[in-house]
Amino acid sequence: MAEQKFAENEVVELVTKIVTSIGTTRGDLIPILQKVTNELGYISQEAIQQISVLLKLPTKEITSVATFYRMLSTKPHGRHIVQFCESAPCHIAGGREVFSALKEALNLEPGETSADNKWTFYTTSCLGVCGVGPVILIDTEIHGNVTPDQIPSILGRYE
Amino acid sequence: MKTVRSMVLVSSDPESQKRGSTEIYAAFEQLLSQYGLSEEVQLTYATDIGNSTAVPLVMIYPEAVIYGPLLVSEVPHIVEEHLYKGRIVDEKLAPRYALSGRIAWLQARKGTLPAENRVVLKNVGLIDPESIEDYIAQDGYQALGVALTQTPEEVIKTIMDSGLQGRGGAGFPTGLKWSFVRKAAGTKKYVICNADESEPGTFKDRVLLEGDPHRTIESMLIAAYAVGADEGYIYIRGEYQLALQRLEAAIKQAEEYGFLGKNIFGSGLNFHLHVHAGAGAYVCGEETALIESLEGKRGEPRSRPPYPTNEGLWGKPTLINNVETLANIPPIIIHGAEWYRKMGTPSSPGTKVYTILGNVNDKGLIEVPMGITLREIITIYAKGMKDGNFKMAQTGGSGGSIIPSSLQDTPMDFESFKKAGVALGSGALLICNENVCIVDLAKVLINFFRVESCGKCTPCRIGTKRALDILTNISNGQGKMEDLDELENLSHDLIALSNCGLGQTAGTPLKDMLNYFRAEVEAHIKLGICPSGICQMYN
Repeated sequence: MAEQKFAENEVVELVTKIVTSIGTTRGDLIPILQKVTNELGYISQEAIQQISVLLKLPTKEITSVATFYRMLSTKPHGRHIVQFCESAPCHIAGGREVFSALKEALNLEPGETSADNKWTFYTTSCLGVCGVGPVILIDTEIHGNVTPDQIPSILGRYE
Repeated sequence: MKTVRSMVLVSSDPESQKRGSTEIYAAFEQLLSQYGLSEEVQLTYATDIGNSTAVPLVMIYPEAVIYGPLLVSEVPHIVEEHLYKGRIVDEKLAPRYALSGRIAWLQARKGTLPAENRVVLKNVGLIDPESIEDYIAQDGYQALGVALTQTPEEVIKTIMDSGLQGRGGAGFPTGLKWSFVRKAAGTKKYVICNADESEPGTFKDRVLLEGDPHRTIESMLIAAYAVGADEGYIYIRGEYQLALQRLEAAIKQAEEYGFLGKNIFGSGLNFHLHVHAGAGAYVCGEETALIESLEGKRGEPRSRPPYPTNEGLWGKPTLINNVETLANIPPIIIHGAEWYRKMGTPSSPGTKVYTILGNVNDKGLIEVPMGITLREIITIYAKGMKDGNFKMAQTGGSGGSIIPSSLQDTPMDFESFKKAGVALGSGALLICNENVCIVDLAKVLINFFRVESCGKCTPCRIGTKRALDILTNISNGQGKMEDLDELENLSHDLIALSNCGLGQTAGTPLKDMLNYFRAEVEAHIKLGICPSGICQMYN
């Protein structure tokens, strides 16, 4: 999904469709931005422009909301987003070692996207599945009880 | 592992032995085999029973019943009645005044230990969460029916009398909050369920919503009736997709059954419920930030007062309760405040759901009465430490305190913990052994707050960053003794000056680290040694 490129008119069309289905009040802004992230992969400048027109809100206001939340993104990602939980329960359950192994396997630092556009790597706060820490979230799939030697086989499942 | 149905512990301190505990033990042994119970009942000696004038004592689990003083001649009666027929022999229970210490404490909880007494989680795992019929079969929506026959004031009084306190972490009296919203001026009011559970290590609300979504809906209906609201929101964490789907399905079912909508049960109550998925921000669990977020803005906490009870969502009086808090409402309405007060401690009645994590044998979710101690949780529910000894526990996710081993026997309720200078938090228990370094842990905790700080107020935005820098230096072996003073000041400033709970609790791990583990931190600085062997020292 994320690797798809949308032409400007397609973005305008998609955003208009999303806004029509959700609504145009201020309270609808975050659901709209969530849906745009899901369907376009990220919230592009064109998308912000179009939302601004439809909701009659300044673009800076929309940008300030879009950049505040972790699950909204104003930047494009790689095909897969790898998120490593860096909170304390995962950390003391062996997360430190998993983190180094993951960094090495991806050859990325947190926040970076690989050159082939396959991976984007982030650290994240607690994902609420602490019973099976350490936890890695790849796209929407949660991998729990991860050990360093499992990393290659987990990453190998993604195209 | 062999599983047993009951456990019998016979006291065997010198005093008990003098009074015949060895004979009592032998009698139990003989009778258990006579009744064919040897396989399912485990018999053992107990030594640490505190001072008691009622020895010899016999404790029987899982009911945690304590008999004493017991004579050999009375053993057959106990075996037959209690172990064979399952009836507690009231007349042989040890008198309260004769017990002391932990044993007295055990008895005071009226046998609610160690078997889990599930109030909040009663249906979870037992009913089909996608079926409203299953919920109704477990007396679901009955409490709503009961509440609607009472006046809103009566409902609020019941909640007040029950002593229920908010389970999100702060422990504010729920009934009082309801009465504030009830009394607030205005005709349009809102009820919000705070399901933006993001405290590291806490996932009780997720399990509740995934396993029993109708409970939340029913509780919100009762709350709406009590405070006079006609619209509600469930603000659920964006990552909780399964819980979100189940809630949406449950709301649809409830609407079809007429539990949601207009003129519910012909009572004139109207209530419309929406689900709002969060977009990923820890700070939105703070109630005013949550409201900002619902209004489509950045999740930055408002200055208080005015409190949401008077000026909340879109400026209207708003009731915000945590998922677990709300889940307590239906049983209180059905069974009454008196019943609820029988559980837990006088200052904190009821049960509490904990998530047990860290270096223990059995991780997971439990529901136990308020006032249980950490030591009991570790030995009974977590099946002991996985390796090494207990060093500390971190409560309530990152927002809680670090509990040193000296506080292991402090009853876990809001009041006792406050007196001990620590916080109960939201119900996560991260249990650590000696292989966890306090500096490393504090670093992870502070980093969490640094990342999740919304940036609105300076003490939090800069204080967390500064604290992380100092801790990183200490963990690298480049710390200075003056750093400890600065950390102390930072901790004070974070607690005193931050605008919301996020910044205020960010100071707690620093404070607790310096209070309880100063020597270990100093070892990093003065000796260049990490006693736990975690931090890599570069000097």
